[in-house]
Amino acid sequence: MTTGLESRTGAPARAQAQRGGARAQAGEVVVRELALAYDSRAGAGVHALADVSLSARAGQLLAVVGPSGCGKTTLLELLCGLRAPQRGSITAPAAVLMPQRDLLLPWLDALDNAALALRIAGCARAHARERAAELFLELGLQGFERSRPHELSGGMRQRVAFVRTLLSGKALLCLDEPFGALDALTRADMQRWLERALAREPRTVVLVTHDVEEAIVLADRVAVLSPRPGRVVAQLEVELERPRSAGDPAVIALRGRALRALAQGAVA
Amino acid sequence: MRRGLRELAPAALLALCVLGAWELYVDLTGVQSELLPAPHAVAGALWRNGGLLAHNFAVTAEQVVLGLGLALVCGLALASAIHLSPLLRAAVYPLAVGSQAVPIPVIGVLLVFWWGFGLFPKLVVIALICFFPVLVTTVDGLASVDPEQRKLLRTLDASRWQAFRFGELPAALPAALSGARIALAVGVIGAFIAETSTPTTEAYAGLGREIVLDAGGFQTPRAYAATALLFGFAIACFYSLALAERRLAPWSANARGGRA
Repeated sequence: MTTGLESRTGAPARAQAQRGGARAQAGEVVVRELALAYDSRAGAGVHALADVSLSARAGQLLAVVGPSGCGKTTLLELLCGLRAPQRGSITAPAAVLMPQRDLLLPWLDALDNAALALRIAGCARAHARERAAELFLELGLQGFERSRPHELSGGMRQRVAFVRTLLSGKALLCLDEPFGALDALTRADMQRWLERALAREPRTVVLVTHDVEEAIVLADRVAVLSPRPGRVVAQLEVELERPRSAGDPAVIALRGRALRALAQGAVA
Repeated sequence: MRRGLRELAPAALLALCVLGAWELYVDLTGVQSELLPAPHAVAGALWRNGGLLAHNFAVTAEQVVLGLGLALVCGLALASAIHLSPLLRAAVYPLAVGSQAVPIPVIGVLLVFWWGFGLFPKLVVIALICFFPVLVTTVDGLASVDPEQRKLLRTLDASRWQAFRFGELPAALPAALSGARIALAVGVIGAFIAETSTPTTEAYAGLGREIVLDAGGFQTPRAYAATALLFGFAIACFYSLALAERRLAPWSANARGGRA
């Protein structure tokens, strides 16, 4: 279930070993009573997450919204096996992280960057580029194959980074504010693009964002976290037709509910 | 081409000014040619001794290029080893720093005792002087990779070696090349030290030997002419390396800024 990750030594491997207490269906994510504190520089323990329980069915997009510093990124690192939880359990397939910054390697062109996971998996360069090129074509990125990262716009860089994430072949994608650094127009563009991309290449996705509207427009389910230490203060099911527009009354109503939950979480 | 000329112009102009002032100073003060030859006297010495100087220049140039190559290979290899192994870092790094304090004449004779009068002991001396800037800049370059980048490579299941090969090594290349440029600047004087601190039997022993012999034998203009050759050679090498950096690491700030 968690092939590549289990072979590693150290703390992340222990995190993986704790997984799968309750046998989950392929692609399903179940997080139970997760807690994590780490030592701050002052010496006092900082509680990043307290008692977080979440779940997403295979192929669903779960959005996690919350104020800055509520442990959203920590949650993704736990899901990806980059950290070990101190309490609670994670049942999840092998996961890959897409960080907020694209982190494309400046010495590689777009295609080589997208194919990075394949190269790491041992693919020959030509074959890896071929497979990445297929996905470029499918997702409307043709023409940019040979561009270097610095020649691409912010939105294009994120698309290439997303293709790199897809090509890791993992069933769970953990997206950490992928559009957070983009301007509003580009962001709306990227949301539509991501929706189409996931329709063609279905995966289970955990999307972390501080943009409630983005969460409602994209997600099947939205989990609202409180300020640090993060707890789940509300879970909303979003059962609206796609594509959704931010101006849709149903979207606006749900957005209102999520915002109220955020505000209550902040007070509580 | 025209842009190249425009970039060259300020340096050429400044050099002309310095040479003019120097000529004027010698003229006005009447300082002896053995003490400070005028630029025209140096040019004359260069012209008259062209053959001799060319032969010695070829010897020194070969030493600098090969010695620098050896320094690059050793510096990169040692930096990689230090980066990958904390134990090696703890063991080797202090000694590498200490090695820079060893006066070459102390070991010059030993090197010749081991490897003979040929080229190799001189290369060792140059490499010993030049590997250090390459080592330090490369170690820092390897360590400066974004921690987020490391995390990303880990979630893509990269092994330690793959993280090094795909992430750290290319990222450290611009720093390593900066180290190489510093190494080159000290490499020319390194060749001088190598020639003058190891005994030799060659007919042409290089510009370093030539300079020492001439300066001691009241052939000061020729010593200055030889020095002028070293001066020009260092500049040429430095800019060749900057050009190479533009080809090897076009993404780096140094290369993109276009200025060395």
